[in-house]
Amino acid sequence: MSSEYIIEVDALKKHFPIRDGLFGQETWQLRAVDGVSFRIRPGTIFGLVGESGSGKTTVGRTLLGLYDKTAGTIKYRGQDLSTLTAREMQALRPKIQLVFQDPYSSLNPRMRIGDAIGEALLAHKLCTRAELYDRVIAVMKICGLAPQHYPRFPHEFSGGQRQRIGIARALIFNPDFIIADEPISALDVSIQAQIINLFSDLRDDLGVTFLFISHDLGVVEHLCDDVAVMYLGQLVETASRDTLFSQPLHPYTQALLAAVPTLDPQHEPIAVIKGEIPDPSHPPSGCRFSSRCPLAETQCREAVPELREASPGHHVACHLVQQNRVGVSPDRATRFVKPATISGHQGGPDRDIIQV
Amino acid sequence: MSQPLITFEQLSVSFAAEQGRVQAVQEVSFTIHAGQTLGIVGESGCGKSVTAMSLMGLLPPQAARIDGGAIRFQGQDLLTLNPARMADLRGNQLAMIFQEPMSALNPVLTIGEQLCEPLIRHRGESPKAAWQQAIALISRVGLARAESLMTSYPHQLSGGMLQRIMIAMALSCQPKLLIADEPTTALDVTVQAQILRLLRDQARASQMALMLITHDLGVIARMAEQVVVMYAGRVVEYGPTAEVLRNPLHPYTQGLIASRPVPGERRRRLYSIPGQVPDLAALPAFCAFFDRCERASEICRTGIPPLVGTTRQAACFHSEKVESFA
Repeated sequence: MSSEYIIEVDALKKHFPIRDGLFGQETWQLRAVDGVSFRIRPGTIFGLVGESGSGKTTVGRTLLGLYDKTAGTIKYRGQDLSTLTAREMQALRPKIQLVFQDPYSSLNPRMRIGDAIGEALLAHKLCTRAELYDRVIAVMKICGLAPQHYPRFPHEFSGGQRQRIGIARALIFNPDFIIADEPISALDVSIQAQIINLFSDLRDDLGVTFLFISHDLGVVEHLCDDVAVMYLGQLVETASRDTLFSQPLHPYTQALLAAVPTLDPQHEPIAVIKGEIPDPSHPPSGCRFSSRCPLAETQCREAVPELREASPGHHVACHLVQQNRVGVSPDRATRFVKPATISGHQGGPDRDIIQV
Repeated sequence: MSQPLITFEQLSVSFAAEQGRVQAVQEVSFTIHAGQTLGIVGESGCGKSVTAMSLMGLLPPQAARIDGGAIRFQGQDLLTLNPARMADLRGNQLAMIFQEPMSALNPVLTIGEQLCEPLIRHRGESPKAAWQQAIALISRVGLARAESLMTSYPHQLSGGMLQRIMIAMALSCQPKLLIADEPTTALDVTVQAQILRLLRDQARASQMALMLITHDLGVIARMAEQVVVMYAGRVVEYGPTAEVLRNPLHPYTQGLIASRPVPGERRRRLYSIPGQVPDLAALPAFCAFFDRCERASEICRTGIPPLVGTTRQAACFHSEKVESFA
């Protein structure tokens, strides 16, 4: 079975039980991921963007099978992962790899890094001990580590080098698909660029596909081919990188982009949305963004907007966009275009809404 | 020009470590005027937090040693003040907020108790008057329901709200200088924009100077009039922010700017500074950026490049060449 997509996620849900009371009975559910669908083309980097608490990490962990999904399907190369037997799943595991945010806590401090990189290859019996050294050295080279680093311990490396070790551990399987969860957030600025370049090289030279989970829109714009924006467990907008960054439609996407500080002295980041992401165990009714949206109307608090196609390949979940009542400003700095029909919002570049 | 509010004069600080003495800050000099915002930018380990801690007198006394220099606050050297005088200044004239508001607040005291403490300690307010002022402060930093927040505990608030409480606490005694050490690093980007806006509005409203420490050049560009770029414990570039960002003189500053993804501009590869930050316990006797610098030549190995210039300063033997090059 084959497919033009390497990963297809359809209506994925992951709910965590909240237990309370004397006997720890389940009293409530935290809907960390609540109906998420997206598809990833082979050889591309798919960016999943959101603030903390949006559920983006849960999506990555559920894809990998670290969490059991509550509902929905995950297909890898057209094959539904839930129909696989344990043995088939075991055979598939090397193909899907994970790179963590904190490279230090994911390495065993008492294991030489060469052994740490090669360890899993032996565990899966994909290589003999005799071949192991050469394979480890080869993958270390791709990741910018020198052969003499092989016998050293994790504490001897800087943060950027440790992240290279983490990437080498994932890469040794020749994976098709790597889930990278905030892989550069813990790194220094001058080191981030090195790792970003390494990711784009792995895509361009080795054809590796990535799910790149990040809160940093600048990096996502630079690196990713397609982007999905997540808010409180749901996708609010998906599009190609060029479309999303030049024509963001959802008010949340627009607000995120407006808030990113840049080096341009003319560009004033705008705190256009109020408050913070609500408690995911008690999301607002209707559109989940309605409690912070400067354009929200009664309908937004009553009905949940579906993710619908606004233009080919560009999906948005917003009532106002779907009714053609929110447009796109060509100017990056002033994203919000407020047609005269929409009242009630007085915010803008000159006024900051900081009520909580 | 009037007397500066804060003057760092050739400050050097070292720490005792297993490998010997770690030179955390060396010969750091800059000034902050009243009402001015100065940004300090650099990577972890460059000495930017140690610089701030030495101003506040918060260096760990067993490990840290001031090797030389002075920090003048309105002409008076803070390093020679006795601890009791310093405690009077701290939280009063000089205030500080930190990256993690959760760990800076006491988890077993209510927000109200913590907000009232500096007002009672430094301003001699009665508990009743302090309580009223604290409520006003909470409203001033943009939080609703001030009365109910006063009786809340830190764990009941979100990160953005806690950072607002920290700012309220810092503002409570109308400080002349507020040091903000990575105030928005732990926050989401939409909340970051709110907090930066709040800091700037409050600084403007009360003519308070702001010393903003961050690794994010974007935050510096937005907030700071002057910027100090630090690398391996030394100031490598210092000047007006707009000019430094438009025409950086030091190769490290140039590398930092070039390695940022530019919105709307999609080059295939980012510039990346090769190598990594040097070990502070084993710094060379010449330019610490030598190993990573594209412009390095023989002269760079002859000694530590001095910080030269007037309004624009850079510590690079090649900076004049760099200037004409740019």
